[in-house]
Amino acid sequence: MRIIINGENEEIQEGITLLELISGRGLDPRTVVAELNRNIIAGEDFAAVRLNPDDSLELLHFVGGG
Amino acid sequence: MRKEILAYFTPEQRRRLQSARVGVAGAGGLGSNAAMMLARSGVGHILIIDGDAVEASNLNRQYYLPRHLGMPKVTALSEQLHELDPELDVDARHLWLDGENIPALLPLADIWLEAVDKPAVKALLASHALKAGKPMICASGMGGVGGLAMKRRILKGLTVVGDFCSDIAWKPPLAPRVIQCSAMQTDAVLEWILTGTISPLH
Repeated sequence: MRIIINGENEEIQEGITLLELISGRGLDPRTVVAELNRNIIAGEDFAAVRLNPDDSLELLHFVGGG
Repeated sequence: MRKEILAYFTPEQRRRLQSARVGVAGAGGLGSNAAMMLARSGVGHILIIDGDAVEASNLNRQYYLPRHLGMPKVTALSEQLHELDPELDVDARHLWLDGENIPALLPLADIWLEAVDKPAVKALLASHALKAGKPMICASGMGGVGGLAMKRRILKGLTVVGDFCSDIAWKPPLAPRVIQCSAMQTDAVLEWILTGTISPLH
């Protein structure tokens, strides 16, 4: 199915969770902020949220340094 | 000092700057340089939070001098901020930010500048700020020399600057790019204070 990730159309596996998508991209979920269809999803909910066709997802991944 | 700093602004801008309360989360490379720039820009109230002490390895990029070694960073930074502007209101808190204390600290400032080291704490601060509707300027990716250009990305109330890629875990934190990133964060804070909004750079 197709969803929009950071403004780009992407083909992802049907029915996967937000956590599976984040982990599948090689990202540590604790370093990611996710906004799904304009709603902020808390880190502890990543595993419970399933993605649907045409969802619009913004993923912000932080790298170290301060 | 305050009068000379504010001479660059209109009366309305001066009013906004003097009443502004900016939170700086972390007093390392990003936070120490940002706090000094905020003071030089006429911001009236600065809240700084950091649990660390100044070490020799910090002096390559952080706004500290050998005489500050061993001092809590927030103490060394307050001292220098007051040296620059004795009238500046500085609230310095020597503590580490975590999931327990962040929700109570966020309301203490109008806008926050995220300047912590660890990516998980950055994400924690960012998600709490988004949840609370508190504007925050985060930083991600400032290691090494040259390479990727730093940008400004805007996500609802959250603004993130940096190259989004150069982790200091594998690219050393060097003064030019760390201070560039810190300056871009401070510029966004200043834009918000002066105009009430943060627009994409072009």
